[in-house]
Amino acid sequence: MAAVIEAHNLIKKYGTTLAVDGVGFDVQAGEVFGMVGPNGAGKTTTIECLEGLRRADSGQVRILGLDPLTQREEIAERIGVQLQESNLPARLKTGEALELFGAFYDEPAATADLLERLGLSEKRAAPVSKLSGGQRQRLFIALALVNKPEIVFFDELTTGLDPQARRAMWGLVGEIRDQGCTVFLTTHSMEEAERLCDRVAILDRGRIVALDTPQGLIRSLGVENRLVFTVPAGQALPDLAGLAGVERVEVNGERVLVSGRGRRFTSTVVGALEEAELQFLDLRTEQPNLEDVFLALTGRQIRE
Amino acid sequence: MRGLRELTLTTFKLYLREPIGAFFTLAFPAMLVLLFGAIYGNEPTPLFGGRGTMDVSMPAYTALILGTVGLMSVPITTAGYREQGILRRFRSTPMRPLTYIAADVITNLTMTVLGMGVVVLLGWVLYRVRFEGQIVLVLCAVVLSGLAISSVGYLIASLAGTARMAQIIGMVLFYPMMFLSGAGMPIEVLPESIRRFSTYLPLTYVVKLLRGAWFGEPWREHWLEAVILGVILLVCGGLAARYFRWE
Repeated sequence: MAAVIEAHNLIKKYGTTLAVDGVGFDVQAGEVFGMVGPNGAGKTTTIECLEGLRRADSGQVRILGLDPLTQREEIAERIGVQLQESNLPARLKTGEALELFGAFYDEPAATADLLERLGLSEKRAAPVSKLSGGQRQRLFIALALVNKPEIVFFDELTTGLDPQARRAMWGLVGEIRDQGCTVFLTTHSMEEAERLCDRVAILDRGRIVALDTPQGLIRSLGVENRLVFTVPAGQALPDLAGLAGVERVEVNGERVLVSGRGRRFTSTVVGALEEAELQFLDLRTEQPNLEDVFLALTGRQIRE
Repeated sequence: MRGLRELTLTTFKLYLREPIGAFFTLAFPAMLVLLFGAIYGNEPTPLFGGRGTMDVSMPAYTALILGTVGLMSVPITTAGYREQGILRRFRSTPMRPLTYIAADVITNLTMTVLGMGVVVLLGWVLYRVRFEGQIVLVLCAVVLSGLAISSVGYLIASLAGTARMAQIIGMVLFYPMMFLSGAGMPIEVLPESIRRFSTYLPLTYVVKLLRGAWFGEPWREHWLEAVILGVILLVCGGLAARYFRWE
């Protein structure tokens, strides 16, 4: 597969602050690529350099093989962009916005289809100022899709949305990916990155500190997994401590906590419980997530 | 200029949906006709070369509309759009900056001509105001004046940090011009010292040029105004293009 986004050694200073410090990566066609990190890590500066809205002090960017600064129009024709801080005139209506933006492109998508796809059909005649946060964000996604783009850029797509609207956004990103579109997104939500992205770059203080699949990042931690379950009184626990991968078994009344490592850890333990015909209840696994990865890599919580 | 037609239509709709902009372009000058018409009437007076106050007010109120549009609407809307991130959104499409400006200018000139139409219609119905020029030449004068005054507005928007600041600069420039350039009241009624000061105000040349075109005076008597407005357009337009910021 060909790289549709290539960035090499991007550097951007604001005054004396180094906002982006040697960032580089390739994004393959059809991938959902996420850039995560706390506020001020350099995510927006990086994405805006890719979109051609900002000029890096040094480094190279190629989008679909083109230079975003000198071939801005050609790239703009083929990418879709949702910006973190952008707006539409308050009195513009939803349907009008899509018609208007469609007119800037060679082959716009049909407005009715886009409205339908993003659940905005009923809001067609509503002014932008009367939309809820989620509806507004869906309109901005619709604008990003109006030219049937090959790559879409989402900058902090779900920031400020309620959990329900966030989940709806995640579903939409999945649908966009399924239609063959490459997605580049930034987020400061580790959960979002884990749920949506094929690969994740963790950005901290302008540098990429890790880049891999979410699973790969978590695995690279080598952190233990935990299984927690309840065993009703009177039942004997099989010997779990001797199983492969199990490191520790703690029994606290009816609660049992098994810690261990390895990919087969969970299935090994559950298998042993099944074999012993134990009536265990409330089984759940506690796995490390990207939050733990960030903590391990930077020594800080993502939301400080 | 792809998207120009759609963007112009949209800009036009938004202008009409913004009550304040539409008020100052369409309603306010009409109110002046009613008010000053009631006060002064339109009796011919030697002061205006045998014309009435309302006769000479037709081109003057047109200049007033050009002033409100160019010095108030243009900087407030442009700087406001920048502040709200609307220009940013436009900039991430293949649309060219010139298309945006062209749509804005076409809309503003159309609104100006509409406002002028309301003023003239009222003036004709109530006072049978006189028109002695050629419509084409009047429109040419309106376009040149509109471009020149708007270029001042775009320059204000380019230099002002915020929409609020753009509004203040626009008002500071516009209000003296409204009273001292002959747009709000005929220049002939102003004392000599103020008339001398008015030669520093761009809108004064708009009033003179429009009045000349309105009453069919030959262009050779008004080339100076046309040249001054042309220079304002080139200088302010050039500086605005140089310092314009999308965000």
